Amino acid sequence: MARTVGFFTDTTLCIGCKACEVACKEWNQLPGHVGKFGDGYDNTGQLDEQNWRHVQFHERTAAKGGVAWNMMSDVCKHCALASCMEVCPTNAIIRTEFDTVYIQPSVCNGCRDCIAACPYHVIGFDEASGLARKCTFCYDRLQANLTPACAKACPTESIKFGELSTMRGIAGARLNQLRGQGMAEARLYGDKEYGGLHALFLLTDKPEAYGLPNTENAVLPSRNNVRSYLGSLATAVLGAVGAIIAFRGRGDRGDKE
Amino acid sequence: MPQHFVTPPQWEWYIVWYFFLGGLAGGAYLLGTILHLMGDERDRAVARLAFLIAFPVLAICPILLTLDLGRPLRFWHMLIDSRTFGLNFKYWSPMSVGAWALIIFSAFAFVSFIQNLLGDDRLRLLRGGFGRLFMIVGALSGLFLAGYTGVLLSVSNQPIWSDTWALGGLFLASGLSVAAAALVLLVRLLAPAPSTEAKLSRADRYFVLLELVLLVVFFLSLGAVAQRFLEPRWLVMWALVLAGTLVPLGLRGVGHRGGPAILASCLVLVGGLALRIVVIFSAQM
Repeated sequence: MARTVGFFTDTTLCIGCKACEVACKEWNQLPGHVGKFGDGYDNTGQLDEQNWRHVQFHERTAAKGGVAWNMMSDVCKHCALASCMEVCPTNAIIRTEFDTVYIQPSVCNGCRDCIAACPYHVIGFDEASGLARKCTFCYDRLQANLTPACAKACPTESIKFGELSTMRGIAGARLNQLRGQGMAEARLYGDKEYGGLHALFLLTDKPEAYGLPNTENAVLPSRNNVRSYLGSLATAVLGAVGAIIAFRGRGDRGDKE
Repeated sequence: MPQHFVTPPQWEWYIVWYFFLGGLAGGAYLLGTILHLMGDERDRAVARLAFLIAFPVLAICPILLTLDLGRPLRFWHMLIDSRTFGLNFKYWSPMSVGAWALIIFSAFAFVSFIQNLLGDDRLRLLRGGFGRLFMIVGALSGLFLAGYTGVLLSVSNQPIWSDTWALGGLFLASGLSVAAAALVLLVRLLAPAPSTEAKLSRADRYFVLLELVLLVVFFLSLGAVAQRFLEPRWLVMWALVLAGTLVPLGLRGVGHRGGPAILASCLVLVGGLALRIVVIFSAQM
């Protein structure tokens, strides 16, 4: 059944419990890496081939003084215009009947061009299988008409799942509600970026504070095609002309210089 | 300053050597073609040498690329859709275009290699006008291979790589320079040909100048991003790049004979490798 699904992650409701991370690992049989224990509650580190949900913890100075904790459960954005899909030379990365972005393990050959392209540091290279891996939006669960594991497990409904249009409506209403309560810093991320993300985020700080490029910097790899090829073409012409000038006729001039 | 929140693709030594050898092979084929078409009879031996090194050097490239894959046995997925068995070609993905360019240039380089191995007269079809056209088209595909590698890096969201449009040209100019330097060395070692060597040295001065101009354009296009190069290890690499451009420019200005020509050529080769090392690794660390 074809439909357009989406996540809406409301960071104001996130309590940093990491149930989403655990549920994701359980369902998708991801063993994870050995945790990193440093100065904070984040021992996951980043999204990669083993971590398809990652709860970020950001401490910041609150406007009224004291410390505020911004937490956000990060995930693949399943962009409408997906950088990874754009560059993938094998067509391993496809758009599914749910309008999500999926890496077919049977097709991927581990070239890692998608990793170079993804602006959200989502995809990781799995040494064991030799494949690029990321969140599948629980493709198997969607096919069985089930909610993705992370959204199902989230105890505060910080992660919401449903039709993308419904998610947009909920996100807009929540933004208005928070702004009405005086939270001027509340903002929505994902409405405009990459043709509209399939994972929307309600943030309380600049996108870059959460490791998300702002709208101006959310750009596709293909933006560089034409100008880079033109630079190469100009160089090729100059180089060939230089070689022709140097090589033509008898080579005696060089000896006299 | 552009924002980048990315994971590096772990393109490392296999890719460094592929970029270096691909540039060398493409450059050598172009130089062989122009020497053959524009030079005099005395240049023929070196033109032949250029075609004889282009293919063996190129033949290493697909091996490096295949070994770099997570699933080497699926190398053919680059060219053929493994589900429909139709052809895979995405003109907007340089990796897809490059896979085809590698195949096409390999065909030209292989035929020219065989032709020059057997001697000019053995392959009748490749004499006269068709032979010249064959070489020219082959040289164009070689130029493409030497230059698209920079475009491949730029068509991403990685820091440095995607913040400039000069990498394709820079790698191409460097590839031409490396090819000319390699030929000068081989001419010295294998078959002295002073007049051709003088021509190659003169060509290399143009290429090195072109590379220097592109280096300036590269840094200007990066703007504040170039701060990433301030680490000592990258400064060492850039010193090698400069030594591989400025010193040969000076040495080849004074004369072509004797030790300086060999030193200049060695520096160009080292500088060409250092350029690829610094560009590839600095973005990923």
